[in-house]
Order: sequence, then C-alpha cells, then structure tokens
Amino acid sequence: MSGETIFPALEPLLEKVSKPIQYVGGELNSTVKEWQVGGHGPGGEELTVRWALMYPDAYEVGVPNQGVMILYEVLNERPDALAERTYAVWPDMEALLREHGLPQFTVDGHRPVGDFDVFGLSFSTELGYTNMLTALDLAGIPLHSSERTDEHPLVIMGGHASFNPEPVADFVDAAIVGDGEEAVLAATDIIGEWKAQGRPGGRVEVLRRLAATGGVYVPAFYDVDYLPDGRIQRVVPTESGVPWRVDKHTVMDLDEWPYPKQPLVPLAESVHERMSVEIFRGCTRGCRFCQAGMITRPVRERSITGIGEMVEQGLQATGFEEVGLLSLSSADHSEIGDVAKGLADRYEGTNTGLSLPSTRVDAFNIDLANELTRNGRRSGLTFAPEGGSERIRKVINKMVTEEDLIRTVSAAYGAGWRQVKLYFMCGLPTETDEDVLQIAEVAKRVIETGREVAGHNDIRCTVSIGGFVPKPHTPFQWSPQLGAEQTDERLHKLRDAIRADKRYGRSIGFRYHDGRPGIVEGLLSRGDRRVGRVIEQVWRDGGRFDGWSEYFSYDRWMAAAEKAFEGTGVDVDWFTTREREEAEVLPWDHIDSGLDKEWLWQDWLDALDETEVEDCRWTPCFDCGVCPQMGTDIEIGPTGKQLLPLTVLGSGKESMVRS
Amino acid sequence: MAKQRTPEGPPPQPPVQKLRIQYARRGRLRYSSTRDFGRALERALRRSGVPMAYSAGFHPHPKISYANGAPTGAASEAEYFEISVTEQVDPAAVAAALDEALPEGLDIVTVVEARPGSLADRLQASRWELRFPGVEPAELETAVAGFLAEERIEVERMFKRGMKSYDARGPVEWARTGVAEDGCAILKMVVRHTTPAVRPDDVLSAITAATSFAPPRSPIATRLAQGIWSSETESVADPLATD
Ligand code: SF4
Repeated sequence: MSGETIFPALEPLLEKVSKPIQYVGGELNSTVKEWQVGGHGPGGEELTVRWALMYPDAYEVGVPNQGVMILYEVLNERPDALAERTYAVWPDMEALLREHGLPQFTVDGHRPVGDFDVFGLSFSTELGYTNMLTALDLAGIPLHSSERTDEHPLVIMGGHASFNPEPVADFVDAAIVGDGEEAVLAATDIIGEWKAQGRPGGRVEVLRRLAATGGVYVPAFYDVDYLPDGRIQRVVPTESGVPWRVDKHTVMDLDEWPYPKQPLVPLAESVHERMSVEIFRGCTRGCRFCQAGMITRPVRERSITGIGEMVEQGLQATGFEEVGLLSLSSADHSEIGDVAKGLADRYEGTNTGLSLPSTRVDAFNIDLANELTRNGRRSGLTFAPEGGSERIRKVINKMVTEEDLIRTVSAAYGAGWRQVKLYFMCGLPTETDEDVLQIAEVAKRVIETGREVAGHNDIRCTVSIGGFVPKPHTPFQWSPQLGAEQTDERLHKLRDAIRADKRYGRSIGFRYHDGRPGIVEGLLSRGDRRVGRVIEQVWRDGGRFDGWSEYFSYDRWMAAAEKAFEGTGVDVDWFTTREREEAEVLPWDHIDSGLDKEWLWQDWLDALDETEVEDCRWTPCFDCGVCPQMGTDIEIGPTGKQLLPLTVLGSGKESMVRS
Repeated sequence: MAKQRTPEGPPPQPPVQKLRIQYARRGRLRYSSTRDFGRALERALRRSGVPMAYSAGFHPHPKISYANGAPTGAASEAEYFEISVTEQVDPAAVAAALDEALPEGLDIVTVVEARPGSLADRLQASRWELRFPGVEPAELETAVAGFLAEERIEVERMFKRGMKSYDARGPVEWARTGVAEDGCAILKMVVRHTTPAVRPDDVLSAITAATSFAPPRSPIATRLAQGIWSSETESVADPLATD
C-alpha cells in the first residue's frame, strides 16, 4: 500500500488511447498530497486517511461533477486526509491496463486505487453501476464485499442512487445517504481513529463503527426475507447497535459550506465549460416525478452575499467566462432578481456570462433573463413543462398552465430570443396517447405566438422528450412504468403529429430517446438485492458505459436478467411495469429520506385524483415529514442585502499596463 | 432575411497593440491539444487581467490567433500565438503574469510586441528531437541512413476528407542521430513546413517503410524550434527576432 505512482508505466500507453489528456491530471486547482501527510503514531500507526473518489463515468462527464469536487476539496483541506480522483477509463484504456497488468489509477497522483483506505463512488445515475465493477476489478478489489479482506479499501457509495443502494448491496461495503460534505468528514474521523488504534477488528469493526452512527448503511449488516410471491417480507439488522433505518444527512446553512472554493479547471473539454455555484439545495415545488426534489428537502438557500463571494472567488480561481447558478429550480431563489442584477452590475464589461441551468416556466421573467445575459452570451432558453396536457400536469403536480407557458415564451420571443427548448416526459402515470399528442399542440401554439410577437418567422422551438422512470422516495414509487414498446409507439405518434403540420412543423425540432434504456434504469432504480446478479452478469458479458447510447445494449441486459432471475419468480417486468400496493415493503424503506411514507402514499392518491399540492415555501407546511423528522428547517431569505458592484476580475492588469 | 440582432451597449474597445507569444508544452501536458491550450489560455488571460480585445457581436471572442500547433502527444519548446489588447502593455509583465496563471507544463517563453509582417510567413520549418527509448543507437543510425538515401517516400494519413498520400522524405532538410545523456537513442531533424504538414510520426512511418525499422514504442517527439529556414546555414532562425 505504498501509493507509488504508476505514471512511468502508464505513459507509453497514453500514445495509444483516445483523448490521453483525460488521464494525465494536473488540472488547475487539483491537489497531490504526500502519501503520509498525516504522519505516524507512536507505534508506527498511519494517521492519514486516504480517499480515492470516483465519478463512475468518462472523465469529460465526471470532472465537472459538483459533488465530487466538493468532497475532494473538503477532504484535502484536512491535514490528516488526502483525496484523489479517478474516472471510468474508456474501453481502449481498459484493454491496455489489463494487457500490461496495470491497475485502476487516480488522475492526480496516478496511484493505484487499491492502495487507498476508501474507494468512494458518487452515483447520480444507476447507469454507472457496471463502470463501478470495471473499476473494482481493475483495482484488484474483489467485486463482492463479502470477499474483501483488510488489504482492500472500504468501498463506499454516495450520490442520489444511494437512496436505494439495494441493487449494489453485494458490491459496496457502505452507503452514505444525503449530503456528503459533513458526512465524509465524520466518516474520516471514525476511520482515522480506527487506523490510529492499529485497526482493531479489521474492516468489520470499522464498518460496525460507521453503521453505529445511524447515518451509514452497511448492507452486509442486514438480512432481506422474501415472501413466496417474490415481494420483500422484511429487512432486519443482523448486528447489534445497527439501526433499523438509516438516516440521510442534511447540511444546514450552506453559507458555512462555500464549496467548491477552488473549482477544478480541466484542460480537456468537458460537458460543462463553466463554473457552477449552488444557490440553494432542495426543492419543495412537489413535482411528483422528481426524486431530486423529494430527497433533498428541505429548501436551504445560500445568501445573496454568500453567492456573491463564491462567484467572485471562483472566477478568480478559474478564469471561466460563464457562471451557472445551480439548483433544482434556480429562478425560485427568494432574491434571484437581486442576485442576477448584482452580479450583472459587478461583471459589467468583463464578458462574464451568467446562466440558470434550470428554469421553471412560472418563475421565469424576462427582466431576469435580460440581466443574466447582459454581459455574456445569449443562448437559447429552456423550460420544462414536463407534461403536454393540463390534466397530466395536474397528475405530476407541475402547477403550470398552458397560459403560463405561452405567456412566458411570447415574452422571450418578444425580447429577441429566437430559440426556446421545451422538456417533456412520456410514460407518466395515467398518461394516454392524447396527453402526449397534446405536446404537438403546445409546440405549435408556441411557434404561432412566437411568430406573432417577434414579427418574423425566424424562430424555433425544440421539443425534447424523455421516458419517465419511477424513482424511489417519490409518490410515483408505486407506479407502473410504461413498457419500452408503448413508449416508442407514443413517441412515434407524437413525432408524426409534429411533422404532419406544414405550417409549423419545420420550426419545431424534436428530440427523443427510445424507451429501452429507461426500462434498464427503472430496473436499477427500483430493484432490490436480487438485481445485483443482473448487474454482474451484464458486466461479465462486457457491459460498460450504460449511459452512453453507443455502448448500451438492451439485449445484453434482458439476456442477463433472464439468466440471473431464473428460479426467483421475478423478472424485469415485475420490477418495472408492475404497480405496487400500499402494504408492500419497498426495497428502500429502510433508507430514511425523511419523507413520511404515508404522506407519499396520500400524494400518490392525490396524483391519481389530479389534485395539486402547493409549495411549502409560500404556504404553510403540508407535513411531508422531512423537517420534524430530520430536525431541519426551511431556510430561505430574503436577507434584504445587496451585492455591490466592485471590479474584481482583471485586477492584475495594473502591473502590465504602460503609463 | 431577418434583421441582424446586435447587442445593446457600447461596441467593444478597439485593439491598440498586438503581442506575439512563444510558449512551451512540456511533460505530461504534451497530451493537450491546441484546443485544450486555447481553453486554458483564455482562462489564464481572464485570471491574470490581460486587457484583451474582443470581437463584436452576441458571442464575443477574445482576439487570439494560433499558428501551426504541434500535434497532440508531441512536446514543444516553440509554439506561437498572437493576441490583441486594448491598452498598451509591457510584454515582459504580460509574460510573467500569463506564465503564473497557466498550468505547470504550459509555460510562456517570450512575449514581444508585434511589428508589421505576418508571423505565419516566418514559420517555415521546425527543428525536432525524437527520443527512442529501448532502441539501440546503432539501429536507429542505420534506419535513418536508409531513410536519407531515398528521395521520396510516400506516407498515408487520415484527414477529414479521407486518406491522403504525400511525400514525407522531401521536406526533411537534414536528420542526424545521436545518443542522449541518459543513453537513449535520439534523432534530430529539420522539417520544412509543407502542405499537408509532415509530422514526426509521418517521418517515422517513412523510416519504417524504407527500412522496416520498428521501435518497441513510439518515440517521444519535441519540437525544439520553429522559424525562418536558411538553406545556407541549414538552421531555423527565431521568428520573433525582427519584432
Ligand atoms: S416538513 Fe413541511 S415545511 Fe418541511 S419540507 Fe415538508 S412540507 Fe415543507
């Protein structure tokens, strides 16, 4: 466990792979610490805790990930810890690593992942599971947690997917649920103490200590019993001191966690060429399909001045020319108008662009959009009405009417925007063909109104539509998922309806994905421990990069599922297109998101009745359960503070200019 | 046609000075492409506060032009670009600030104020050094002698428009083999810039075609200089000397 760099052995391989820059590290603001940075105890005990952090997708997708960036920084700020990053290697590199007997390595110190104390993986989507298996295997870590010894790192998962870790229960040693920044520090304390004591009791003991906190889920400490019909009977802890339900972590007061302070700036091109500042966490709009909104409650705002400081410091540290104001629904920040205006004033004349990556139709206004684009680029606007018909929008609790949408887009076209992108979903509960075909009507009205207000025909609207996947910890967790074929059929009807219209058809772009990846995502989202065998089988059959259409193979997943589920009485349909009843024990019931299951069930019934629920930020609490359960509170402004214009960027200029 | 939209507000400030800059791409950053460098440079310019001139329009871009970048994977001591600024600046101060702001391995060598004349016209040839780990110096010497004995050697490479075949021997003005201090076999050569540009890997393909020489791994190429070719002195002269 020397942490020796493998770069000399790796270097000759770099000539032979695509995009070698993704493996060399050295990004601005990256860190390589001494392997023994924490020193030693009196008996020679190591006092350093080392994390290898992985975003299990390609570098270009993983490197801008905020979650990993934050953990990387908070861990590296500790004098007794170090963190390095690793990403999924492309198949060409995987083959070469195997051929040359080289391990999965970090891009910072090019150290073998197997040398670290903890291998931490952040999953924002379940489609990264096969990439985890590749990484484990390349790292020389046994795939199954039960086969690991004291020689191997602890494999800990986090990210949204850890709200149902059951499908990967065999592969991970532990899952941290919820916000990571405080939780990894607490875990580091426990692991550090255990190491300083000379690792008493080996890995089982350290896992026991982690589990005893109540906030770390160790699947091996729980047994799952099944009913004869395949449903889960119960999940029970098998160790004393291990909680029945594992709590999610919630960081309160975001101003105290201004991370990342030094965002990473890759040399290679990545999916987000901008710096992001999280302006609030959580969302209580109550969209029933939205897992992120449900599991990140309550709403916690960063203050306007906190945002201002992060933007200023981040721009100084990176030189990015665009800042994304990140959150689940950024226009909902209680002081978003002042934030946008304050930042636009501050960066006047510096070609610094601002963007709100997610914009709700109703929260949007044109003044805000104008402020955001004052100093930077004016690209297209994006809105997400999600459902085509009024009825289906009631089912999903989107609380947006067609009039809202039309009013908003006409304001946008009237103010000179030419391109509007609209996001929808297909396969929502109770949806019929008519609901989806209504999307075509909405798009046509958008173009019609746009041409009117713009006074010319040079405008476009792109309809982007994805298959709906029911997610754990949402009111739709009981819902049947629409089969892949039905999804495709519906989407084809919609495409034809849009194309058939001679007057508007050519102004409307249409993008959709076929329904098959959604079924696999559904299987992995709502699966239980039995799904682990499918993942392993797919991986053994060559499954990699399932989030990439060029690598994804539906047939491979279905063939593997057939094999893995043989004799269990359950199959892919059972996990995906089946409707659950109220009494059924769901595989993730022992993971506590704070949401009251009865409240979720009531909300599911309300969905079927097309009854809407207000946002608790602006109306009284409707008792979803989170705040009392977690001892948390909604934290929103307004603070009444303002951002002062001050010239910050380019302050180094004085030393260069000749007088 | 629809009206052309123009942004509100004042037009961008006009450029008052043009700078020519030589930089080096070293170590593991030889795997960065010219596009990667472009992104890093724009960010470094912003961080360091260089008063860049921007283009007009809704998508303003800093005025930067790159010349003849070395292929990705090759190191270089002599890459060039030009920038325009909106205030008179001290080139040495810009060099220090930019070098500080760029990642280690992308290093500023010199900054000069541009005089009239085109930089691209002065980049007529490159001097290269190729290191061949695991190759016996004598073996390399024989192979290069075999290569030099030919007048033309056609090589093929994939371009955007498909495969192209061209001569990789003619543009090689001179080539000498030797041994580096650490015992590694090396090849030094000067290649004139022709179209398509003959790259070190083309020369290697040509050597292999002429002599069936096959090194165990691809050589590590470094561009040592780029500039004005003089056939009398057989040397490559500094393209910024006249600025
Ligand atoms: S408990 Fe009440 S206030 Fe807190 S998030 Fe739920 S509904 Fe909103």
